[in-house]
Parts: sequence; structure tokens; C-alpha cells
Amino acid sequence: MLVTLRLFARLRELAGHSELTLELPDGASARSLWDGLAREYPALAPYERTISCAINEEYARMSTPLHDGDEVAFLPPVSGG
Amino acid sequence: MPTQRFQVTPDPLDVAAAAAAVAAPDCGALATFVGIVRDHNAGRRVLRIDYEAYDALAVKAFERIGAEAAVHWPSSRLAIHHRTGRLAIGDASVAIAAASPHRAEAFAACRYAIERVKQIAPVWKHEHFEGGDVWIEGATADPANDEARRAAVARACS
Repeated sequence: MLVTLRLFARLRELAGHSELTLELPDGASARSLWDGLAREYPALAPYERTISCAINEEYARMSTPLHDGDEVAFLPPVSGG
Repeated sequence: MPTQRFQVTPDPLDVAAAAAAVAAPDCGALATFVGIVRDHNAGRRVLRIDYEAYDALAVKAFERIGAEAAVHWPSSRLAIHHRTGRLAIGDASVAIAAASPHRAEAFAACRYAIERVKQIAPVWKHEHFEGGDVWIEGATADPANDEARRAAVARACS
């Protein structure tokens, strides 16, 4: 399946990408996507415990299974206002 | 076209527009909050702040905050406008308006809204200060975190 990955703020800077299109195996979850990402971009790994995840513009659990065409976003801790 | 109640925009904010989006004949109270870029933070002299947002999710987070506030203060109506892009000292970063028949609910809903924005809105400050820059990272956004939500209610009612 193909998914679109979006990264924001410092995660975007550390990875050097704001958006990536990724080919994932069937059965992939947000968690497995993150694990692969952190392997490819080790600078992201320290965010493991503090990121939030969104799928198709809704907050989602990391265990959520992914589907072809999904937009997945990983968000560092927020600081709006 | 009427002003949207919940929006993320690169344009300068107008708190009067946020207020107009919620004002109604049955509302005798209108509380507003404007967040402003200030010139210092954590002992640093701040030069400017670049704001980044996941726009679509931020608007949904604002809608959620409006719905949450309506549970606690049923007659309140919220507008939340957040700006993105490069902001100078003194620029408004967020404008919130809460309308209600009476003042207590308007004040409470307004305070609740800014507390929840800081907890769950996917918005980030990239602070540029004298001598460097830093991404400000506050709360891990989790709308389902009931402890955080209750803390926002407690602050709103304090």
C-alpha cells in the first residue's frame, strides 16, 4: 500500500522532509511506520515517547492499522497559543 | 461571507472578527482573549516567532474544543482563530471569543479554550532569540487525555 507521511516542526527539520510517499507492507500500522522511520532517521528516535499521531486529519492511536491512500502525520509536542 | 468560527490563517488576526462570529442577540456577555508574541521567554530576548500548524487538524481541534466547552457551559459559543507564519513582537498569534447570555460562562469558556489550544492544537512555535533559535515543545497532544481536559476545566473555573 501507498501512504503519505507528513512531518511537522522539529520532526520535519530533523528528517529533512515535510512529506514523503511510502510503500508499506500489508498489515502496517502507524507504529510500524514510525519504527521504520526512526531507523532511517535516527535523530527522530528520541521523540518515540512524546509524539502524537494523526491519520487522515484525525488524532489516532499508534496501533491503528493503515490502509492504502492514508495520510499519516507524526506530531512533536505542541506549543500553540 | 460570515467569519468562520474556527480557523488557521497566515493573515493578521482581528479579534473583532472572532467576536462577530459568535455574538448573538441572546448573549449579554462576550469575553475575548488575544495571545501576543512577547519579547522574552525563559531568560532569552525573543526577536520573532515563526508559527507552524497542521492546518486541517488544527481546525478540527478547535471545533472539538468548541464542542467540549458547550458541554460544560451549554449556552456558550466559541470562536478560535490562530495565525501561522512569521510573527513579530506584539503580533497577535491567537484570538478567542466566547459569547454567552451571562458573563461567568463567557469568561470560563474563553479561558478553557486557550488552555485546550495549548494542550491539543497541532501548532508549534519556532522561537528566534538573540543568539539562536529553538522549537518550543510543550504538551504531547492527546485529546483523549481526560486528566488534561479536567485540568483545563479546573483552570477555567478558578
